[in-house]
Amino acid sequence: MSESPDESSKWEITLTVNGKRVTVQAYAMERLLDVVRNDLGLKGTKEGCGEGECGSCSVLMDGVLVNSCLIPVLQAKDSTIITIEGVQADGRAPVVQQAFLEYGGAQCGICTPGMILAACHLLQKKPQPTIEEIREGLSGNLCRCTGYLQIIEAVKEAARRGAAT
Amino acid sequence: MRAHPANYELVAPGGLSAVLSLLAKERGVWLPIAGGTDVMVEYAAGKLPARKLVSIWNLPELRRIEVFPGEIRIGAGCTYTDLRVHDMVGREFPLLANAASWTGGIANQNRGTIGGNIVNASPAADSLPALLVYEAELILVSANGERRVPYSNFHVAYRKTRLAPDELIRAVCLPRCFSRYYAHARKVGPRKAQAIAKVCLAAQARLENGVVEDIRVAMGSVAPVPLRLVRTEDSIKRKPIDAALLRLARQTTAAEIQPIDDIRSTASYRAAVAGNLVAEFLQALSTRGMQG
Amino acid sequence: MIGVKDERIVGTAVPRLEGREKITGQARYVDDMVLPGMLYGATVRSRIPRGKIKKITFGPEINWQEFVIVSAKDIPGKNCVALIEDDQPCLADEFINHPEEPILLLAHEDRHLLPKAVEAVSVEYHPLSAIFTMEESESRSEIIWGANNTFKTILIDKGDVQGVWEKAHYIVEGEYRTGAQEQLYIENNGMIAAFEPQQGLTVWGSLQCPYYVHKALMELCGLPPGRVRVVQMETGGAFGGKEEYPSMIAAHAALLALKSGRPVKIIYDRMEDMAATTKRHPSRTRHRTAVSKDGKILGGTIEFTIDGGAYATLSSVVLSRGAIHAGGPYYWPNVRINAKAVATNAPPHGAFRGFGAPQSIFALERHMDRIAQVVELSPIEIRRRNFLKPGQTTTTGQAVSEPIDLGRLLDRALELSNYSAKKDEFARQNQNGNCKRGIGIASFLHGAGFTGAGERYLSSVVEVEACEDGGVRVLVSSAEFGQGTKTILCQIAAEALGLRYEDVRFAQPDTQEVPNSGPTVASRTAMVVGKLVQSAAIGIRQTLRASGLLGESYSAEEFRIACRKYVAAHGKLRSLARYEQPEDIVWNEEKYRGSAYAAFSWAVYIAAVTVDLTTYSVSVDDFVALQEVGRVLHPVLAKGQIIGGVAQAIGFALYERVVWDNGRMQNAQMTNYIMPTSADLPPIRVYFEEMGNVHGAFGAKGIGELPMDGPAPAIVSAVGDALRTFFNSIPLLPEDIFDAIAGKGENAEHAGSARGNP
Repeated sequence: MSESPDESSKWEITLTVNGKRVTVQAYAMERLLDVVRNDLGLKGTKEGCGEGECGSCSVLMDGVLVNSCLIPVLQAKDSTIITIEGVQADGRAPVVQQAFLEYGGAQCGICTPGMILAACHLLQKKPQPTIEEIREGLSGNLCRCTGYLQIIEAVKEAARRGAAT
Repeated sequence: MRAHPANYELVAPGGLSAVLSLLAKERGVWLPIAGGTDVMVEYAAGKLPARKLVSIWNLPELRRIEVFPGEIRIGAGCTYTDLRVHDMVGREFPLLANAASWTGGIANQNRGTIGGNIVNASPAADSLPALLVYEAELILVSANGERRVPYSNFHVAYRKTRLAPDELIRAVCLPRCFSRYYAHARKVGPRKAQAIAKVCLAAQARLENGVVEDIRVAMGSVAPVPLRLVRTEDSIKRKPIDAALLRLARQTTAAEIQPIDDIRSTASYRAAVAGNLVAEFLQALSTRGMQG
Repeated sequence: MIGVKDERIVGTAVPRLEGREKITGQARYVDDMVLPGMLYGATVRSRIPRGKIKKITFGPEINWQEFVIVSAKDIPGKNCVALIEDDQPCLADEFINHPEEPILLLAHEDRHLLPKAVEAVSVEYHPLSAIFTMEESESRSEIIWGANNTFKTILIDKGDVQGVWEKAHYIVEGEYRTGAQEQLYIENNGMIAAFEPQQGLTVWGSLQCPYYVHKALMELCGLPPGRVRVVQMETGGAFGGKEEYPSMIAAHAALLALKSGRPVKIIYDRMEDMAATTKRHPSRTRHRTAVSKDGKILGGTIEFTIDGGAYATLSSVVLSRGAIHAGGPYYWPNVRINAKAVATNAPPHGAFRGFGAPQSIFALERHMDRIAQVVELSPIEIRRRNFLKPGQTTTTGQAVSEPIDLGRLLDRALELSNYSAKKDEFARQNQNGNCKRGIGIASFLHGAGFTGAGERYLSSVVEVEACEDGGVRVLVSSAEFGQGTKTILCQIAAEALGLRYEDVRFAQPDTQEVPNSGPTVASRTAMVVGKLVQSAAIGIRQTLRASGLLGESYSAEEFRIACRKYVAAHGKLRSLARYEQPEDIVWNEEKYRGSAYAAFSWAVYIAAVTVDLTTYSVSVDDFVALQEVGRVLHPVLAKGQIIGGVAQAIGFALYERVVWDNGRMQNAQMTNYIMPTSADLPPIRVYFEEMGNVHGAFGAKGIGELPMDGPAPAIVSAVGDALRTFFNSIPLLPEDIFDAIAGKGENAEHAGSARGNP
């Protein structure tokens, strides 16, 4: 018996990714993470755990932070997705990214895309977060290199610079 | 990823009635999936028995919070974030708002739903003790109509509920009669965020003239199901809070729960902490509960 | 300080070299790479801890025609993962020695088909008795490795230990334990291999040590050096966890690629990575110490034992570093250290930041607190009275040549942490309430570079190249995986040549392109490799000057022009520097005597904690990390190394427990193996002293591992201080604290019970 999957059960799914409307052929239960990485070639979204624990696969879906490893792509049909590659369109992102660079917010870099999206999501809701709010806002994004403190400093600094503009 | 997406079917009929007729047509075949924070984890681990899934994510009928004079009706598809930002939930049902803020990280709070939490029926679920304490009722819906059931006996065994195969939870109803209660919640997890509870407590009580007039206590992770501690409540009711009562409350708690050893903690630790949490609640009640 | 006044780039916070790619998601890790026609590989592993393979059956539910299947029989060369000893097979063909042992490899172009296929292979075994603890291994009830279950023993003997006991006013004994710890880099292990008849074998992967993988592949495939190429992709964290196991995965990918003729990618998922790859060695340390009436260490014995798991891997060198650090930053006139690495039927334990030192230093620092209690001195005073001083010798007889003043370092740490005021305040507060606060300390050292003659054997080579566009390129096999390797080595080259940081580039570590500058381990990059980069860079300048293209003083632009002219006239210009051991570094491997390390970094850490007696959980409230690491090459990266190390060590102390069942990890998920989140960590206050060091580039010493050593003992000391209870093992979870308080713990003794012998 053949294991070859039945291609005919794929769906045509249209979504807007980083400002561009795209249509993919995918099984409904394919993870948004895999579609973004493999079908759309946006490799900045990372898989760390595959169970919604580490946040490396974070993207913004209709403006909301989500773990793309837990989203069947059919549920993302007609949604608007922003990945690290398109985050510059959010006015805060370049400020956040620059602060990460200056304050040592990125070490090995694998959690960084997700962390930056989580930071942007936080600053969108709370433009001047307290340290405690930053700690909470990033607590779904695990980082093994930095001990988080330089990331927290970077987000604090980004908020300060964001406020000045 | 240990599952093959081609082996699973997922449909999104887009409306509640279409979902319900699908559930009615092939009873027990279709697994509803809302935010996916539980289902997708099992799926990715290659451990999801269901092969056919129906999406109920973001169904408008399930994602609203309605306020009535006597109760608040929370759509089962409301996310933890929805609960956290809702003024009235925060004001009148702080135990629930708290629990919502403790569940997972922000990304999971944006997707995980209250209905999903109930149906997933983990004894460690953060928000379920709060629902027990608030004496929630559930509105269950199927193609044949609705029924309203008390939440208190909805969980019948480890990860088993009274939900029929063709039913969905439509809403969680909380009576608005606890504004004069002192509410207290505590989650004891392995770390401060993104944690599965080793023990969690939701409780509320009313103190009159130094006597515990009314009390409700519920806990997670101490039994096969989220547990309302009825005997413990009875042992406390109509008594003044003093050292003897704290001792008694600890004893009754220990006798009423059935904690286990697992990879996350030990039965003896859970039992001790459960007693401590009840005692801590009573102490907080005696010092701060007077104003409430 | 060496040459500090002229420095323009070293010591400044230049942007991380690859930082832009990382913050924009453009950095390319191995899983981001796709080759045409690529297959995906998976591993069939044993499911029993020990036994003999009887029969392998392929289930009928799979169309096996579609799969590439590799067994040990397909190995062209030697069936081993070549490292120190060649005892670990690449694929088990007869005996199984741990429950994650690779047996077969499968590949298919649809990666989603692999998990089910792996499940469909069933292996029948003759089971053999297995052992899981160091004690079972020592008892030799079953011999599972070699003649006596022992990978390595080390004896360090200084002075006359026999004679100290009768002079002792106190004899203090203690046993201390540390648990396994998972590195938990966020990027799982992964490799891609491709074989082209023309070029040979190439692998791309997430790794620390390109030439380790290179060597392993040569032996496995029977290929000459030029036919094996290893390329390091951007690596998403390593911490030692990608020092040795990548050789195994590369070998597997290579075998599948050789058999299929197509490129093969193997990416572990989190569960496989956690369960099957290496973790920190569990340890047990027994101290027996003779102490004078005034609290001076007269001498003692230290038995340091680590659990190596099923194969030798790096256990002998982990043991070595652990044994040498077992005496800490204290003066032992007489000491005997017996160290031993033993075998059990668990997956092999391996490198993890600190490499044995966090284990033996945890034991020693707890033991110093115990001595303090017995002698009735404060933890501060007992340390102060025993600190090593310049001119005194370490346990291996190495004279402290640096002008380190540990007493002064201690005073500064006490002041920064407001130690005595806190101590009083906590004692007062702890009389009431359910939250108890405490403060604890650890003082320690960490040797930089390979131990003993290791650097001499490595004989590392680096090259610096003058390019035709006038820029300069650093060529090393030292890998970047977050620490800042690329940035600091480019800083060093720029500084040495008087160029701008932007003028220097970093060659991707690729064995076809870069020389062997050794593995990226052992806190050796800044000191050893950095110094070589400095020398090689200077060589470029000398050549340009000798050819008359460059004057005595020059601008960056003049240098560029000189490079361009030189390359146009003579072709490429590469300057090579090879490590030569300084004459004052002499090591006797047989006797374990002499200069164990070219330099030590020194530190005093202080932790303040709160223990909530309602939940028995500990939160760290404040953490002061003061260290002397030589010249700080980059203030932001250096601070990041310390904070990150302290964070991992807080996990080691308070959160991270591997739950074992018959040699298998039961909690191999991020949900159930608990590392700290952003909500869990205290302010970690980092302070540097800079003494400089002649062996390192611009005075740099090692920094990467140091912060892993001290936090656990400091925190456990603070917890003990809060609860007036002595804890002797980690991880120290709320359940352990509860057990100790409830009086049935093996993990603790009440303060008064430490044995004195007045």
